[in-house]
Amino acid sequence: MRNGRCGQLEQKQMTREMTGAKMVVEALKEQGVDTIFGYPGGAVLPIYDEIFLQNDIRHILVRHEQGAVHAAEGYARSTGKPGVVLVTSGPGATNAVTGLTDALLDSIPLVVLTGQVPTFMIGSDAFQEADTVGITRPCTKHNWLVKDTDKLAATLHEGFHVATSGRPGPVLIDIPKDVQFATGTYEPAKPAASRYQPIVKGDMAEITELVAAIETAKRPLFYTGGGVINSGPAACQLLRELVDATGIPITSTLMGLGAYPASGENWLGMLGMHGLYEANLAMHDCDLMINIGARFDDRITGRIDAFSPNSKKAHIDIDPSSINKVIRIDIPIVGDVGHVLEDLLKVWKSRGRKVNREAIAKWQQQVGEWRKVNCLAYTSSQKTIKPQHALERLEALTKDHDRYITTEVGQHQMWAAQYLGFEDPNRWMTSGGLGTMGYGFPASIGVQVAHPESLVINVAGEASWLMNMQEMGTAAQYRLPVKQFILNNERLGMVRQWQELLHGERYSHSWSESLPDFVKLAEAFGAKGILCSDPADLDDAKGDDHLRWTGDL
Amino acid sequence: MSALHIKEGSTGHSAYNLRPTFSDVQEKHTLALLVENDPGVLARVIGLFAGRGYNIESLTVAEVDHTGHLSRITVVTTGTPQVIEQIKAQLGRIVSVYEVHDLTVEGSSVERELAIFKVVGEGNQRVEALRLADIFRANVVDSTLTSFIFEITGAPEKIDAFADLMRPLGLAEVARTGVAALLRGV
Repeated sequence: MRNGRCGQLEQKQMTREMTGAKMVVEALKEQGVDTIFGYPGGAVLPIYDEIFLQNDIRHILVRHEQGAVHAAEGYARSTGKPGVVLVTSGPGATNAVTGLTDALLDSIPLVVLTGQVPTFMIGSDAFQEADTVGITRPCTKHNWLVKDTDKLAATLHEGFHVATSGRPGPVLIDIPKDVQFATGTYEPAKPAASRYQPIVKGDMAEITELVAAIETAKRPLFYTGGGVINSGPAACQLLRELVDATGIPITSTLMGLGAYPASGENWLGMLGMHGLYEANLAMHDCDLMINIGARFDDRITGRIDAFSPNSKKAHIDIDPSSINKVIRIDIPIVGDVGHVLEDLLKVWKSRGRKVNREAIAKWQQQVGEWRKVNCLAYTSSQKTIKPQHALERLEALTKDHDRYITTEVGQHQMWAAQYLGFEDPNRWMTSGGLGTMGYGFPASIGVQVAHPESLVINVAGEASWLMNMQEMGTAAQYRLPVKQFILNNERLGMVRQWQELLHGERYSHSWSESLPDFVKLAEAFGAKGILCSDPADLDDAKGDDHLRWTGDL
Repeated sequence: MSALHIKEGSTGHSAYNLRPTFSDVQEKHTLALLVENDPGVLARVIGLFAGRGYNIESLTVAEVDHTGHLSRITVVTTGTPQVIEQIKAQLGRIVSVYEVHDLTVEGSSVERELAIFKVVGEGNQRVEALRLADIFRANVVDSTLTSFIFEITGAPEKIDAFADLMRPLGLAEVARTGVAALLRGV
């Protein structure tokens, strides 16, 4: 042991002065990051060297950079923490673009670190050089090119602050190789000093107006979205309290499933183009629509001029640009869902917990009539496995597990949203806004990394699944017991559905040919595959708790 | 809206400040943005207009506070009231945009633009051009036996009017800076 005082001083100086590469690792640790997803390359090798020298942060090596970003999205959505990605310059960064756009549209907090060629080579068309900040400017919430090691730590901390504050989203920090090698001063995080401070408290006058509207509404309806889940578990709890205390029916977008439990008595199911009959009719006929953290996407509204023509509309959203963007709002509330609901409940309680009980009872009765139509009914078959049947069995056999579901994009995604029930937030990971085929498999890997003991299932179609099937290698390497539930109809089902309805049944390039043998494919990666083509075998196949299986219909 | 501490017409306020109905009338608005003076910020602002299909009539940018690292961007844009509100809200989302002010809504403002005109001609045309320049308080900043370059400052309408008059007198080239604007009073 050295002389105490002198040793401390030296220690203090050692932690303040360090290389840019070390700063990256230090900043990630300070931000509480335990896992990053990445793929090395020339321009990030100094950072990979620092990762090699420590054990606090786990690095998951993916097989393609797109997979890294989707895995980080899965990690972020299932934990509520930002997902972190580390990739190299040029192709590493361009491969991350789809994932960044996906995270931007679904408001998922990500911090993506990219290597860049040395500052003195920028602009010279150097090997693996790309204008990463230029390319990713429209697909990130914000991005930075750091040209000075002294500013690196502060920029990294600002990146986490921006990604997770306000409406969450992906940020990208581009770090040239010479900045990684050079020595600079490490600055600890100071989020309060950032100029980026979005409004989280809603305006009390508007909240009071909404409470007054709730007190008198005859046919009120909650229309909730991903904003509730992004706001956190406390917001979901407040939403449940509000819905159950008022008896107002509630529907949700694809992104918001799980904020209110599917078993709750006021639950109407998902709304929109692929939503439930009762949910869509309730949207059309309601007299007070309370939008909480949703954004009137075109898959929800359909034709704007015919959208819920007779309702007063309230909208709670942290992003002012979401309000009045497509639908005119009568009661706009800019703020974080959790903060606004807390104030809303307080005001509603202080005014005597009033609702128009009689009218709401009638409204619930009407909703019950619509429910009786049973829009999800289908004719079952003894010969072929109907996707609805497959998902019903999946639901029955897994709903009591500690279960997380991811999906790819297409018909199977909509069937999963319709036939699976979500009791809690952060249990449902799907590409909503961008509709990225190839999202589900890497996302399921990110979820499983975050929740090693839980049951993680990716509901997939064969075509989507093939888009990122290289991640089988990642799953095998880290022994991640992710379950791939592939509904194989040998079609691009959603594309075909549209061709059938709108393009005169001309099925242009919407079939899957030369498909692999999925069972053998699984085995080739050291996993287990199960082919299931008889409805009677379905339960056996699902009961099988093996490392991984593919249900091939 | 005092609880929000946001000035009427500025970013976070726009959601509360919608005109009674969505109108189809095209309006021209002058927006002033206070932004971080970093190399990407202009690309972000222009990219937003291009990416979302908004109009830019004119755009000027320059550093206004060296120590505070701030630039001011003045954008003149047109759109329906809903589109204008959306432009302001979208600009407000950009992390390096600190303030968005709608000078058209917030009060009366002074708008000035500088332009230089090259007018080529001889004889009477040349004399007439010089006389009109005097009326418009334009300065001659370059002259040859067959040409003048006039420098003129003023509201965009004044510069448009000067351009209209110079056209038949041999207007050969124009360069305009775009609008710089400030709110009147304190």
